[in-house]
Amino acid sequence: MAQYKMHLLVCGGTGCRSSESDLIIENLQHSLREKGLENDAQVIKTGCFGFCEQGPIVKVLPDNTFYTGVKPADAAEIVAEHVLKGRKVERLLYKDPEKQMAVSDSKHMGFYRKQIRIALRNCGFIDPENIDEYIARDGYAALAKVLEEMSPEQAIDVIKQSGLRGRGGGGFPTGLKWEIAGKNKADQKYVVCNADEGDPGAFMDRSILEGDPHSIIEAMSICGYCIGATKGLVYIRAEYPLAIKRLQIAIEQARNYGLLGENILGSKHSFDIELRYGAGAFVCGEETALIHSMEGKRGEPTVKPPFPAESGYLEKPTNVNNVETLANIPAIYLRGHEWFASIGTAKSKGTKVFALAGKINNVGLIEVPMGITLREVIFEIGGGIKDGKKFKAVQTGGPSGGCLTEKHLDTPIDFDNLLAVGSMMGSGGMIVMDEDDCMVAVAKFYLEFTVEESCGKCAPCRIGNKRLHELLDKITLGKGTEEDIEQLRNLSVVIKDTALCGLGQTSPNPVLSTLDNFADEYLAHVRDQHCPAGQCKALRQYLILADKCVGCTACTKVCPTGAIAGEKRQAHLIDQAKCIRCGACIEKCKFSAIIIPSTKI
Amino acid sequence: MNKIKSLNDLRKIKQDVEQKMDLREKSDNPDRYVQIKVAMATCGIAAGAREVMNTLIEKIAQDKIDAVVTQTGCMGYCHAEPTVEVRKPGAEPVVFGHVDREKALAIIDKYIKTGELLEGIIPVNYQTA
Ligand SMILES: Cc1cc2nc3c(=O)[nH]c(=O)nc-3n(C[C@H](O)[C@H](O)[C@H](O)COP(=O)(O)O)c2cc1C
Ligand code: SF4
Repeated sequence: MAQYKMHLLVCGGTGCRSSESDLIIENLQHSLREKGLENDAQVIKTGCFGFCEQGPIVKVLPDNTFYTGVKPADAAEIVAEHVLKGRKVERLLYKDPEKQMAVSDSKHMGFYRKQIRIALRNCGFIDPENIDEYIARDGYAALAKVLEEMSPEQAIDVIKQSGLRGRGGGGFPTGLKWEIAGKNKADQKYVVCNADEGDPGAFMDRSILEGDPHSIIEAMSICGYCIGATKGLVYIRAEYPLAIKRLQIAIEQARNYGLLGENILGSKHSFDIELRYGAGAFVCGEETALIHSMEGKRGEPTVKPPFPAESGYLEKPTNVNNVETLANIPAIYLRGHEWFASIGTAKSKGTKVFALAGKINNVGLIEVPMGITLREVIFEIGGGIKDGKKFKAVQTGGPSGGCLTEKHLDTPIDFDNLLAVGSMMGSGGMIVMDEDDCMVAVAKFYLEFTVEESCGKCAPCRIGNKRLHELLDKITLGKGTEEDIEQLRNLSVVIKDTALCGLGQTSPNPVLSTLDNFADEYLAHVRDQHCPAGQCKALRQYLILADKCVGCTACTKVCPTGAIAGEKRQAHLIDQAKCIRCGACIEKCKFSAIIIPSTKI
Repeated sequence: MNKIKSLNDLRKIKQDVEQKMDLREKSDNPDRYVQIKVAMATCGIAAGAREVMNTLIEKIAQDKIDAVVTQTGCMGYCHAEPTVEVRKPGAEPVVFGHVDREKALAIIDKYIKTGELLEGIIPVNYQTA
């Protein structure tokens, strides 16, 4: 076997692949051959490194060089300079956004410093299409340990003591869930992996499946042993073709090794996995709807109880767990429940993966210990707000969560703390907003999503959310009243109390949390017909600053309604009654003399 | 493909692949390993740094030493190429000059294994990152 001196890890996740990481791999290999270095450096396609903002990423080992924004044409230079001569390609190095300094070693990047990788331990490290690399990282050793050394009860106890809680949104204790499913007697039981991942902007589960599919297979098999199930099903959305392909390859490889099938590792435990495809409806991530969808019925939720652990798929006891929850399982058995329980807060153990998005410098996938503060995540790992703007709010929990503000920045992130301040952990979406984001418009955005995704089975959600959306729309158009705000709050409370499933029970959260934290902003919309963030187009005003305007008349010429008056070399003026708020003038002005004022003119 | 029947079978596969993954494992925790840097700029390569690097890598794999070998650019000791910098965990880096195959083996057998210093140490004039 060739002894490679260098490994070139190229991200093969969906994000980087869409920017041609496959071609980068090809070009790297080609250049290596050209220089006769094919036995010196090996090119490996891995899962996501998380630093998606600046993909495609190429990481060079052993020196941990982190190249960002790599183009296929850069491959030749990386080989000629770095691999051949040991000189880093400066222009491709990651630059610290604050210090504007090139960081050559990823170990020194603020983005990675505070992260702890448990669920993502293999993502960006192994080739996900190669089962041997997973095994080299102690893959399937947890399964072997459980089968050889533990009874199902003992194995469940390990998870209970670890304190692991479900990462799909609800935060239900995983060990307890397994125990309940284990105690219900039946001739067949099922282990279901929920890979529906419908939150807008979330891609935690996809990255795990793409980067480390075997960890999910191993965890499902362990769960099967614990609860007495021999069949596993992964419910995955059809919009995840790469994750599906990697899972299929992984399942095939595990079968070939006898790690799926009959009498696994010489034990009495048998287990196999099938994939079921979802059409990408958000509500199908709700476990009862998911089960109905797998049975070929309409993807609509039903009342719990009965819980899936009693009567789930084909009315058999069924354990549903989220992808990230499962990804933690093998690590807990290998390193012990004490280790896992030592990370995190009193009631939330371990780590959580977040998809950082919005107005933040380092958009990407991160895994942080529970109990880290929002401030650390946003300003240290996330690198702060884009373009030097001011932080305004952070949305967690997706359409079920809320918007938190400045005063929550030092709240330690865990299940209970986020609930206490009116948001929730959710599945791990985290969207950062700056001074240009209008909170009424944000609430409206989430309601638009809920209205679209409501299955329509129950009236509070089907009709109530529509009404909420109409009220928000009215307010953003400047036609709302103070009574409308009252109405928003009352209706929200009723919907939460009466909707059938989790979708409707949480859908008013974005409205309630923005009402609580940004009351002034709602009032400005209804009292002054003004949007302080300047985002609501109908309420926007443009103002020419007399001391900056040189009187060049450029804006008067582009204004389609002739709303700007002004003589050459004299300050111009906008007639607010004629202005249609198209913004043509602000783009044209070379002197930054036109602004959108944050208070009403 | 042979079926995996036990933890031992898993361990066997692990051992087979481990060598291949070794580089990645070590890079992930660089501070725990002996770090060896070979200057591989034009001057170093011309003086035979490539052969030195290969020798080091083979020897480390053979003797199962917890070390990683990295190539760096010119370290500024062009008069003494090929040069090799060795940093043991918790210790200051030491730079050896005029390293050839034999000296490379001696660096591992003596300095790394027993801590015995060799001839040809160059005073370190700056810290590498
Ligand atoms: C509207 C709605 C959507 C949901 N979507 C998902 C999802 O995409 N993925 C997921 O794992 N759980 C989702 N859940 C939570 C599941 O119902 C269930 O609680 C979870 O899969 C259990 O796994 P866990 O205990 O490992 O978190 C959703 C719940 C609701 C109410
Ligand atoms: S709350 Fe909404 S999504 Fe849930 S059952 Fe009712 S209508 Fe359907």
